[in-house]
Amino acid sequence: MTDAPTTAAPSTTLSMQAAINLALEHALAQDDRTLVFGEDVGKLGGVFRVTDGLQERFGADRVFDTPLAESAIMGMAVGLALHGFRPIPEIQFDGFSYPAMNQIITQLARMHYRTRGAAPMPVTLRLPSFGGIRSPEMHSESLEAIFAHVPGLKVASPSTPTDAYQLLRQSIADPDPVIFMEPKARYWNKAPFDAAMALADTPPIGSSRVVRPGKHVTLVAWGAMVSRCIRAAEFAAEDGVELEVLDLRWLKPIDAAGLAASVGRTRRAVVVHEAPLTAGLGAEVGTLITEQCFGTLRAPVQRVTGYDVPYPPGDLEDHYLPSTDRILSAVQRVLEYRRG
Amino acid sequence: MTATESLRTGAGLDGELLRDLYQRMLLTRQLDLEFVTMQRQGVLLGYAPLRGQEAAQVGSGAVVDRARDFVFPTYREVGVAVAMDVDVVGYMATHLGVWNGGAYDPIASRFGAVNAVVAGSVLHAVGWAKGEKLTGSDGVALAYFGDGASSQGDVHEAMNFAGVDRLPVVFFCQNNGWAISVPTARQVAGGSVSARAAGYGFPGVRVDGNDVEAVYLATQEAFARARAGEGPTVIEAMTYRSGPHSTSDDPGRYRELVEENSWIERDPITRLALRLREEHAADEAYFEGALAEARAATESIRTGITETVGRPAEEMFDLVFANRPTTLDQQRDLWRAAAEGEERGDD
Repeated sequence: MTDAPTTAAPSTTLSMQAAINLALEHALAQDDRTLVFGEDVGKLGGVFRVTDGLQERFGADRVFDTPLAESAIMGMAVGLALHGFRPIPEIQFDGFSYPAMNQIITQLARMHYRTRGAAPMPVTLRLPSFGGIRSPEMHSESLEAIFAHVPGLKVASPSTPTDAYQLLRQSIADPDPVIFMEPKARYWNKAPFDAAMALADTPPIGSSRVVRPGKHVTLVAWGAMVSRCIRAAEFAAEDGVELEVLDLRWLKPIDAAGLAASVGRTRRAVVVHEAPLTAGLGAEVGTLITEQCFGTLRAPVQRVTGYDVPYPPGDLEDHYLPSTDRILSAVQRVLEYRRG
Repeated sequence: MTATESLRTGAGLDGELLRDLYQRMLLTRQLDLEFVTMQRQGVLLGYAPLRGQEAAQVGSGAVVDRARDFVFPTYREVGVAVAMDVDVVGYMATHLGVWNGGAYDPIASRFGAVNAVVAGSVLHAVGWAKGEKLTGSDGVALAYFGDGASSQGDVHEAMNFAGVDRLPVVFFCQNNGWAISVPTARQVAGGSVSARAAGYGFPGVRVDGNDVEAVYLATQEAFARARAGEGPTVIEAMTYRSGPHSTSDDPGRYRELVEENSWIERDPITRLALRLREEHAADEAYFEGALAEARAATESIRTGITETVGRPAEEMFDLVFANRPTTLDQQRDLWRAAAEGEERGDD
């Protein structure tokens, strides 16, 4: 992963959508075995334009539209990987991955194991994920706990353009299947971006990142909830409360040491996710913190999450998603907690 | 059956090829009987017998060119493995409980891992065939599935995609009459899997799956079309699962003995033997020799299976990923510590 960016000048600002497009462009340019395919990713450039221009540049053999069949997209990815390709399929929306779950879980995730290592599966599934965009049903699902529970899969989710570029290049280069969950609510937010620096600074797979240091409480989040936690931290700072925001980035493997280091300092933690509460990844994060920091924790780990309901219609979305106020209420609970 | 899918019967293979097919079918039969016995003896955890389907499996598998083609089997394909000289002892690792998927090298064998998911590998064949087209190669993907699997949505998705892209894939359906306890009549609307090919815009042929020559020729023709860039074919080999679905199954609960017996006279091996005799392509000495050879090979494979050493339990952890996260290393360490400290038995 050494090629320099071709289309983005250094020190520019870029949206996450454009950063992902650039990561795909660089991966396609670097390795002839990479393929981008899915529904409407070719001529249209994807419904979010994430693959815009890629078919034009790399041709319809490397970047191609598939029939509207998600199981076929993932089953084909397995077959292409068996052939020696490095597929980067897209499933158009989170909820559309449900029909592909059989291929993802029973085939993609197990093929390396089943073949005793003879058939690695360097497949990166790009999955526009999570809510926040007032979308129709099945377009706002948060499936990280489902994927993280499947042996053989790795799961990543970026929160910034730079992070998206790093994580996607890293996922594509990895020899194992990665579910790459793109927070579609953050596609259009711009931030400073330098592809060459981003590549050079890429931390190892499974690394979290402290995106805002603080000393009173650690907020653990991923995807679009990272920026919401930063906003909560800005409000808290006005009251003299310093919140540390830890972007988990890798949802499997999870950076247990990173969690311990942060919560070891702050001694309090709140985990925030969009997915429903019960058996969500927050439970895993809370347990990892408790296992490692039980002696120093000043309060039980709090969870601020979606509810155990189907993702609601656009009108009700704000009632469902963790809000800045809900996050700050949880912060207050851990700060005011007294034993006994 | 409609006129467009008349049952094809074969004619024209030379004696040497027929004798080779016979030898492999006979070995498949001997192995199949032996594996059922080995399950009853407690050596194998379970087994999915294929008795009755030897012509369908050997006749199609024998067409495969291992230098360029790739086969995607299910969990009932010992005959295809025999036709392709796949390491049968390694294949049986899956039924021995040593490794799910088998312990042979699927890439080198050109014979994918044993797949326990009904219709699970049909899409892989399409993806692999897409790879052949992208690389400008002339290999053919051969996907096996059954009448039961034809009900799975993946089979539709696979055929549709293969048709849209005219990919070099042969969909080989062994219609053996039964999906565990459900007969084809309750499984396949319209009564024919091959007829569905018309809807995808490519040929579907129905062959007498107990006539090895018919199977071989239909497969050969489909491979030639695929290699020539003319796209996919569905072959529906009409056969019969003479044994149970698995060694845990009891066909007496759902079908009549008279039906099973009616297939004895259509036994593919008996039929081929008759044919070889009629055409003077084989004499009694040949048949005696063939049986002796099949028995010796079966004995050798049986020995190989019984001498198979289990895999080290570390592989549970080591083979999940190509690039293993340290989180899994930690779990392996915990397992090792627990395994070394085991003192009390479980319930």
